[in-house]
Amino acid sequence: MKEFVKKDKSFIFFCFLVLLVVLAAVFAPFLVRGQDPTEGALANALQKPSAAHWFGTDKLGRDIFARVIYGTRTSLTAALSVVVIIFTVGTVLGILAGYFGGITDAALMRFSDMMVSFPGMVLAIAIAGILGASIQNAVLAISMVSWTKYARLARSLVLKIRHRDYVAAAVVTGSKTPYILTRYMLPNALPTLIITGATDIGSMMLELAGLSFLGFGAQAPAPEWGLMLNEGRAYMAAAPWLMIFPGLAILIVVVVFNLFGDSLRDVLDPRDE
Amino acid sequence: MSIKQLGKRLGQIVIVLIGISFLTFLLTYMAPGDPVRTMYAASGIVPSEEVMQQTREEMGIDRPFLVQYGDWLSACLRGDFGASYSLKKPVLDLLGSRLWPTMKLALFSMILMLLVSIPFGMLAAVNKNKWIDSLVRGLTFFGVSVPNFWVGLLLISFFCVKLKWLQVVSTDITFKNMILPAVTLAFAMSAKYTRQVRTAVLEELNQDYVTGARARGVKEWKILWLNVFPNSLLPLITMLGLSVGSLLGGTAVVEVIFSYPGLGSLAVSAITSYDYPLIQGYVLWIALIYMVINLAVDISYNFVDPRMREKR
Repeated sequence: MKEFVKKDKSFIFFCFLVLLVVLAAVFAPFLVRGQDPTEGALANALQKPSAAHWFGTDKLGRDIFARVIYGTRTSLTAALSVVVIIFTVGTVLGILAGYFGGITDAALMRFSDMMVSFPGMVLAIAIAGILGASIQNAVLAISMVSWTKYARLARSLVLKIRHRDYVAAAVVTGSKTPYILTRYMLPNALPTLIITGATDIGSMMLELAGLSFLGFGAQAPAPEWGLMLNEGRAYMAAAPWLMIFPGLAILIVVVVFNLFGDSLRDVLDPRDE
Repeated sequence: MSIKQLGKRLGQIVIVLIGISFLTFLLTYMAPGDPVRTMYAASGIVPSEEVMQQTREEMGIDRPFLVQYGDWLSACLRGDFGASYSLKKPVLDLLGSRLWPTMKLALFSMILMLLVSIPFGMLAAVNKNKWIDSLVRGLTFFGVSVPNFWVGLLLISFFCVKLKWLQVVSTDITFKNMILPAVTLAFAMSAKYTRQVRTAVLEELNQDYVTGARARGVKEWKILWLNVFPNSLLPLITMLGLSVGSLLGGTAVVEVIFSYPGLGSLAVSAITSYDYPLIQGYVLWIALIYMVINLAVDISYNFVDPRMREKR
């Protein structure tokens, strides 16, 4: 343990930063000093950042600081949901396709060929718009266009070891298929997939914020950064703090998760050294 | 690429297009909104149930799913993508009039991006692990983490609102109006490509021929620009082809911010008004453009890389 901490100082540091973001989301009510993120007094509308309202207030008099902090919850849950969904679906289908081959494999590959040969964001916008604008549908839309990446990856990792001798030995000695899948195939594919998942959190956040910004994600009065930027757009000249702070929040959190993903890669994947 | 391979690729494109068309048709079919109701609501009329039913029959959207899909597909193949519900114009005309502005914007931002990422990527590669490399890498890290619509908003607030150099709304596509949207699009892409250029150049610098050329006393700048740079172009071209997709998707957000009259802003307004024929047409056309460009990229290998020609 001591050695690990010494060797992977930067990883520990980024873990700590990620933890801070998570804590901000979990303990949001305690951080915002009693301000309500969705209710405000109109008398307080469009106030400059001050001691009472650190990040100022919006057109409805809501405290921007409270909205930014609560926004961490929305962004974090949505982005993590996307990553968990695409990771699980992609990994399971990819491993099954790689191991069994045949028609499942062919169907999966043709389908993901189709997805790869198509700009995902365009389809995600269409799906989110057609399903109806909500943060759940935005999560669904982005998941639908992103899972094939994981399936392809898992499949290729499984194919790499599928015909190794030790797998054949396991089959010959009577290991059950589920056992081989979970004890041989999954552990082999997992590290690479986890790295991919961790590095994807940041970009998924950006895509979700983009959808919300266009009006196809979170809906008012939800505190969501993309949505807040869209609301602040009209007050660009009069109240620039409306778009500065939510944007900074996205930037900081995405940077934290991207750094975390990169350092996780360094820890799990020593080949780069 | 041989004729046989080309045929195979074209076949693949057709299959993918059919798949995409089915998917989008299915999606719009399952959509919760009622296009007839929306259409009337948009024109401020509250029609009776009979009138709505009649309109549905006229539009043909009361028939079974597969019949509708088959009809639509065969009409598409004849070049008829139907008429937009909300704008009452043929989908093909609408898309056609918006295609060029979007392509122009995409192309312009790509040129901007290459102008930034090639010099910086090479600079970072040549000075590997020196301070300039760390600086460039730090900046690219920052670049990929910034939401591009935020960059757009910041640019507007600085250049349009504060300095009043440029107009906020760009209804026509003059060069001046394209600057900010293109810079916004190029921003995140430059970060990604600077990294790519750096990696590609580093890989080439490790090749034996570089050591050989150095040993023979060839000047460093000659090695860099006449040998290393052309060789590292190949992976870059592949990436460029693939980026067109995300670029076409990314333009949607940027076009909305700058009210730029391109395909993306058309699509967003089509989606908000449940304009299904327009959405379907848009998705199909983007898919087609994207795949044709990637095919062109693959074919261009024949010219860029002589090794590909020998493989025939």
